Amino acid sequence: MRATPLQRLLSFIFGWGAALLLFFPIAWMVLTSFKSERDATSPGLFFAPSLDSYRDVFARADYLSFALNSVVISVGGTVLALLFAIPAAYAMAFHPTHRTRGTLLWMLSTKMLPPVGVLVPIYLLFRTAGLLDSRSGLVMIYALMNLPIVVWMLFTFYKEVPNEILEAGRMDGAKTAGEVWFLLLPLTLPGVASTGLLSLILCWNEAFWSLNLTSAGAAPLTAFIASFSSPEGLFFAKLSAASTMAVAPILVFGWFSQRQLVQGLTFGAVK
Amino acid sequence: MATLQLRDIRKSFGAFEVIKGIDLEIDDREFVVFVGPSGCGKSTLLRMIAGLEEITGGDLMIDGKRINRVGPADRGLAMVFQSYALYPHMTVRQNMAFALRLARVPKAERDRKVDEAARILQLEPYLERRPKDLSGGQRQRVAIGRAIVRQPKVFLFDEPLSNLDAALRGQMRIELLRLHEELNATMIYVTHDQIEAMTMADKIVVLQAGRVEQVGSPLELYHHPANLFVAGFIGSPRMNLMEAKVVETGPTGTSVALPSGPRIEVPIEGGTTANGDAVTLGIRPEGLRIDPAGPIAGTVALVERLGGLTLLHLTIAGSEPMTVQIEGSDATRTHDQIRLAVDPAACHLFDQAGQALPQHARHPLAA
Ligand SMILES: Nc1ncnc2c1ncn2[C@@H]1O[C@H](COP(=O)(O)OP(=O)(O)OP(=O)(O)O)[C@@H](O)[C@H]1O
Ligand SMILES: [Mg+2]
Repeated sequence: MRATPLQRLLSFIFGWGAALLLFFPIAWMVLTSFKSERDATSPGLFFAPSLDSYRDVFARADYLSFALNSVVISVGGTVLALLFAIPAAYAMAFHPTHRTRGTLLWMLSTKMLPPVGVLVPIYLLFRTAGLLDSRSGLVMIYALMNLPIVVWMLFTFYKEVPNEILEAGRMDGAKTAGEVWFLLLPLTLPGVASTGLLSLILCWNEAFWSLNLTSAGAAPLTAFIASFSSPEGLFFAKLSAASTMAVAPILVFGWFSQRQLVQGLTFGAVK
Repeated sequence: MATLQLRDIRKSFGAFEVIKGIDLEIDDREFVVFVGPSGCGKSTLLRMIAGLEEITGGDLMIDGKRINRVGPADRGLAMVFQSYALYPHMTVRQNMAFALRLARVPKAERDRKVDEAARILQLEPYLERRPKDLSGGQRQRVAIGRAIVRQPKVFLFDEPLSNLDAALRGQMRIELLRLHEELNATMIYVTHDQIEAMTMADKIVVLQAGRVEQVGSPLELYHHPANLFVAGFIGSPRMNLMEAKVVETGPTGTSVALPSGPRIEVPIEGGTTANGDAVTLGIRPEGLRIDPAGPIAGTVALVERLGGLTLLHLTIAGSEPMTVQIEGSDATRTHDQIRLAVDPAACHLFDQAGQALPQHARHPLAA
């Protein structure tokens, strides 16, 4: 069915409206990062662009070491979450019991608790275990934080794989690991990939745990941004420059993987 | 070599018993067909043999060894699924070679076996295609090919032809029979289509509600159904079944009367019924013929002309409707009043419990 002109106009308005609304803060942030600190608080669109803020930010903090932490922790957290979630989702999708639904809901319900509610116990646990300000500590926390969502997403993708295909594999001699490796993963690759991408993005932008559990050594880019909204007063241009640099990698990454993301998130994994 | 024994096999899903104690012997190289109405447990039984469904009770033996707890891969069976269940991300060649690859068969031997199977199934032109680029019949053949390359002891088929159109189904039936001949393998085949059962089976197992109703060769089931269920299930068009009363018993035969009056002689062994017993009379549609002097009178309600056969659907005053099958094209028209004569050999009697009363003579082809 073809859309009528009115329908097309409406979808144009709403589509672009929503896109601009979402994009505006990021655009404004990038714009501000090129202003001088004096111009930064005025909303003008016309100013003399300068790289001063970037120069200052680089001079004051070791961007690369923060970025490296971000990469290690995000990738590590995502890989760890997938490592646990793939078998878990397999079991729930293909060998369900009458408790499977409940388990899934319970996993999701942990996301309803505000993280600050468990900050003190986690902090104490980390201190005792010597995990404070360590990358491995954050990898664990991030994996646990994303595990419910990752399991849920994989579960829904796996659900679309006909059980008979796996049974055929079993008849052909595949053990559980073979079923997952040779059949399930290739069949749900777009889904698994988009799940991994989403988890990466969530890890990258996570601030609560990284601010509370790291100081210098393992601090990722979110801590790098936070260090510019500091007691000396607000320096919007520098803050914007730091933020731009922090989100740039994930933006670029998202840009390149957008087809993968959209495909995995909107279409069935197998069709 | 592969024989199977099922001893009191049972299956429950929770508190719900689906398979209620099945005993069965399957000989080497036999083509056995499980047939029965939808939901009777055919697939469940087959999946238990395959190892895909846990066995709740009883013993499953292959070549004399109990294999209840052996995994599906180690039973040496291959299964063809109704939905084909091909691996969508693999080419036809990879699909067929998957089991060999898992078994670490060297590549050269793998290729040789796949090529051989492809030749038998005429799949050679399609080996590098993916399943989605194949027609239904070709997919079906790939699914069979996947089973063949493993040289299994037993082939299991779960309604493999039900997704194909009628013409292709007929063609695949013949191909499967040819394959059975060529591979010399034991085959177990599930279907709810009794034509498939009749044409392909060495031995038919009729199931209903998780129990075996009768086991036998196709002609045995056709000419000597053990009970009402088998009588009604095997044969197309269905056997005519009607209420009747025994009016005379003798050593050579028993006479029954339909409620509307006509008396019919049935060659049943003497001493199995008494005068006045209520019974069910079964007459195969081809056992009735138009005869102005015949005992049964009826009105033609519908005529189906199939060319080589004509089916008349009759209404009978005071009795159940009947179907008559006549060779060739017949001139009878709707609303005609006709009389029917009965071939005694096509008649069966069933007691109140639905069990067949033993007939005098066995059909020569259904020993
Ligand atoms: N996993 C299950 N849990 C509960 N009941 C089941 C399960 N699988 C099958 N059943 C029940 O077992 C019975 C037999 O099912 P089965 O699939 O074996 O029937 P079938 O003879 O193959 O039928 P069809 O010809 O429709 O394929 C049905 O009543 C079905 O509802
Ligand atoms: Mg079935």
